Amino acid sequence: MFSYTFQWKQAFAKLPLMLDGALVTVEIALLSMALGIVLAVALTGFRLSGNRFLVAVTAAWVEVARNTPALFQIYMAHFGIASFGVHLSPYVSLLIGITFNNAGYLSENFRGALKAIPDTQARAARSLGMSAVQAFGYVVLPQMLRIAFLPITNQMVWAILMTSLGVTVGMNFDLYGVTQDLNALTFRTFELFALAAVIFYVITKIIQIGARLIANRLFRY
Amino acid sequence: MIEIENVRKSFGPLEVLKGIDLTVKKGEVLTIIGGSGSGKSTLLTCINGLEPIDSGRIRVDGTEVHARGTDLNKLRRKLGIVFQQWNAFPHLTVIENVMLAPRKVLGIGKAEAAAIAEKQLSHVGLGDKLDVYPSRLSGGQQQRMAIARALAMSPGYMLFDEVTSALDPQLVGEVLDTLRMLASEGMTMICVTHEMKFAREVSDRVAFFSKGVMAEIGTPQQIFDAPLNAETAAFVKLTQD
Repeated sequence: MFSYTFQWKQAFAKLPLMLDGALVTVEIALLSMALGIVLAVALTGFRLSGNRFLVAVTAAWVEVARNTPALFQIYMAHFGIASFGVHLSPYVSLLIGITFNNAGYLSENFRGALKAIPDTQARAARSLGMSAVQAFGYVVLPQMLRIAFLPITNQMVWAILMTSLGVTVGMNFDLYGVTQDLNALTFRTFELFALAAVIFYVITKIIQIGARLIANRLFRY
Repeated sequence: MIEIENVRKSFGPLEVLKGIDLTVKKGEVLTIIGGSGSGKSTLLTCINGLEPIDSGRIRVDGTEVHARGTDLNKLRRKLGIVFQQWNAFPHLTVIENVMLAPRKVLGIGKAEAAAIAEKQLSHVGLGDKLDVYPSRLSGGQQQRMAIARALAMSPGYMLFDEVTSALDPQLVGEVLDTLRMLASEGMTMICVTHEMKFAREVSDRVAFFSKGVMAEIGTPQQIFDAPLNAETAAFVKLTQD
């Protein structure tokens, strides 16, 4: 009944290839976070602008990003827009899909963080002669960052894990894609995916520990 | 000199200032007393341009506060204001709280700003709390820090908006002592306050506000001992019992 013979050696022989893939995974996650944060800041600004159209754009973005599967979002970024004649590489589609998801979640986090800072903080700063930009930059933003820091870390972990969905649009050189291809070649299914899972785990753990160290240095109050 | 001429201000249908005329000269200590909702705090935030006015005119050293071309950021450098809620910046240490505006607004270098901050903080009795975060301070200490933060900009005028109202009773004294010290040093001050004993003691003049109108203004002796206005008399009697 249980006749599977573990052959870890074969799987470990592929470790260098998988680590190369892991680098791509980290690269996509980092890029999608950088882009996602920029977009999230813009979306937060849109929402606060009071402009009906901009508010609607943000609301739609946030709703779709948070209430549909990430798989759907990545699919749309590849096959969806291909219907309109735009053909993107799996790498770019995956990046767009995850970025879309990141921006939606993060903009809600930023909005919450901003709301948590009392108006009187900016008022006090303005009373000291600071411009609106200075009051935001020196007084409001640093406090927002502390509140948003943990959600940003969580989203980064999600971004790492979401890269695994890239295989569905043909992505084959990130950690999950590489593992998938190696599996097709060797059929060491359990060993290869177990190894991939461990690598995913180690990456996300490093992110969490790193974030904690940064937070301890940055937020001492 | 702060000149206030026929200032009117409404929040929606509610008119909170119904034509205020008032002049505060350099070196003068004016306190404003009156019930809540009388418009006294609103007047302070109009003076430094945090609130717009509907009509009338406020001039600070000849500069019209609400004129279109007025650089409010620049004007506010000479108008220190301290609020009921002290609004310490929680992410900065005490000395950083005080250094921030001199550095970023006045462009003063770090070492000089630190020296200014240290001097002002020692002045209000916080010389031993420089590197502490505000969350470690009592309400009275945070309020004194807020005063030092405003003083660090070397303002020509200080506006105090019920600075002791949110404090525990036992902490009121230390903040009032700081205000007394500033008054004795010749600082031009407008204090909105509910501390009648303090008002009587430090003021050159006391103004009584009622329902958006300045009902009476005069020396502390006049306002507290021989008010001319019936409402003033009733208010003073009520608060002195």
